[in-house]
Amino acid sequence: MKRSWLIALFCVLGLASPVRAADTVKLGFNIPLTGDIPDVGESSKNAAEMLKKKINDAGGLKVGDKTYKVEFIYEDNESKAESALSATRKLITQDGVIGMVGPQSSKQAVPAAEAANELKTPMMAPWSTNPNTTKNRPFVFRGCFLDTFQGPTAAKFASEEFKAKKAAVLYDIASDYPKGLAEDFKAAFEKINGPGSVVAFETFTTKDVDFSAQLTNIAKSGAEVLFVPQYYNEVPLIVQQAKSLGFNKPVLGSDSWGSGDLMGLCGDNCKGFFFVTHYAAAGAQGKTKEFIDEYTKLYKKTPDDVAALTWDSANLMLAALQAAGPMSGDLAKDREALMKAMAGIKKFEGITGNMSYPATGDHDPIKCAVVVKIDDAGKFAFYKSVCP
Amino acid sequence: MLQSFLQNILNALQWGSFYSLIALGYCLVYGVLLLINFAHGDIFMVGAYIAFYCCMFLLGKFGVFAGLPGWMVLAVAVPLTMVLTAVVGVTLERIAYRPLRRKGVNRLYVVITALMCGLILENGNLALLGASRKSFPTLVPVKVFEVFGVTVTNIKLMVIGVAILSFLLLHFIVTRTKIGMAMRAISYDRFAVPLMGIPADTVIVFTFVLGSGFAGLAGLFFAMTYPVIDPYMGALIGWKAFIAAVVGGIGSIAGAFAGGFLLGFVEIMVVAFFPSTYRDLIAFSILLLILSIRPTGLFGVARRTKI
Repeated sequence: MKRSWLIALFCVLGLASPVRAADTVKLGFNIPLTGDIPDVGESSKNAAEMLKKKINDAGGLKVGDKTYKVEFIYEDNESKAESALSATRKLITQDGVIGMVGPQSSKQAVPAAEAANELKTPMMAPWSTNPNTTKNRPFVFRGCFLDTFQGPTAAKFASEEFKAKKAAVLYDIASDYPKGLAEDFKAAFEKINGPGSVVAFETFTTKDVDFSAQLTNIAKSGAEVLFVPQYYNEVPLIVQQAKSLGFNKPVLGSDSWGSGDLMGLCGDNCKGFFFVTHYAAAGAQGKTKEFIDEYTKLYKKTPDDVAALTWDSANLMLAALQAAGPMSGDLAKDREALMKAMAGIKKFEGITGNMSYPATGDHDPIKCAVVVKIDDAGKFAFYKSVCP
Repeated sequence: MLQSFLQNILNALQWGSFYSLIALGYCLVYGVLLLINFAHGDIFMVGAYIAFYCCMFLLGKFGVFAGLPGWMVLAVAVPLTMVLTAVVGVTLERIAYRPLRRKGVNRLYVVITALMCGLILENGNLALLGASRKSFPTLVPVKVFEVFGVTVTNIKLMVIGVAILSFLLLHFIVTRTKIGMAMRAISYDRFAVPLMGIPADTVIVFTFVLGSGFAGLAGLFFAMTYPVIDPYMGALIGWKAFIAAVVGGIGSIAGAFAGGFLLGFVEIMVVAFFPSTYRDLIAFSILLLILSIRPTGLFGVARRTKI
């Protein structure tokens, strides 16, 4: 019943406006608008809406010798793996998108990438740093560096900047991203400072709010730096409890700190700490500054790394679409062509830095990481750039 | 090693205080009505949100007046939060539980209704206030003291003190006052009590006022200790506090109090010495063991009256 309705609707639409139907190119966005990290979804949507407006106001996207309007379809994945999977299937099979941007966090991106690859649709994961997302999946690309790069960068920074010989780690064992990153950090830190130099490797489980037992162990372990690869809703609690248990050493974070409302929730407690991330808004120049200014004017807040990476990812996909040449109108063929064009991009200048993709292997960009210091005004200020 | 142990005992006292405060509310309502008020954890969450808005208002964040200093805000927010949360609890009793009680339905349906009310509170909050977390303002600056290598904060001492005072107060009300006697009488025989001229409904409302008021108090201090609040914060902790109340011997005030601290103690100690993934497994295995040895809980006695 529903199907026949849809077909009827399609015919009517097709007859009524054959020009319009053919002249749109659809991109899907698989993002967390509700759930544990709604701010991440909001940032992604904001950046996408801004991009769509910019392209459509300029007349559209020129592919071959034809101009297309872009249409973005947003699916809420509720920050859940299973919802991300069904959102992927819906975008690809029902909405007929040519490619998908997202999901953002690895917990959703890993299963969604599997589905996108199986359905032969190009997917661009802007923010997922877990290696498994793109591993042996030719249709899946990402817009950021990997945990296997981020972990060692953090370990190196901790050893050089704080002269730390002993480190502690506190992470959520039930989530892919912190777990993978904590292990990468531990391996790299012990490689620099010798086995056993990570003196406390403590865990908790998603939704915990009391970390006093773990932090007691960390405070007593003699660690000179604490690495916390957690999201913005847990960091304030961890930092505050660490202080109240007498741990006054530096705390080092990962790219998950930069998103959402970290400073709104953490306030003065987080000032002076560092984290490794994709870009720094304070003190940016050139194209990055243009993006930041425009975004700030539109949404009255500074774009976070999620917004910047979503912008880059969607742009890269659209640029590849232009490079792929004229579209045939056959979705399967166009998706395949888009994938090949994306794989063919050797160097893309994004606002989060240059992204170059290796000619062979998985589609992970080679790009630099930025170490950000949370300054006294609560701004994320550029501190250091670390390149591979 | 000893220092770590002492530190963890302090940590456990703080964490257990919240279980105890919530468990007291479960215990009062169960004691009087034999009703497991599954919405209690969510009343605790509502209490935290009420405390948040009270404090923001008193701090002058909404621009109505200039705002008070932090300690005075806390002093005003405590009774205000307790009263407003009690209103929420009594409203639930009025619109959800009392009509069912009047119709004399089986207790099972009231328990299901309570579960449903909890979901309504959670999702109502989500729909009204959005999914974003809120940051609870700092009312009292955290002071860290160090005694023999054990660190303790003023907040921690305050939380533990509040839990002990609440227990003493409730114990006094239930055992030494007339209304407390009426509560125990209803618990003994709900149908005979009105014949003696005791207004049963008033006593039941009073029970809900007490239970929800202390849930509000717990919400306020919880938000002060863990200053990130979200709509689902009450669900899990409410369930665990209920289990703590059962292990303590549900219906016994001393039992709820002890059960809450016992659960807090076991959870913290397991995390301190094992990976955190073992926490709930070991904690609830121990509680299960206690129940299989003493099915009525630590302080419970197998008799018809409970409270």
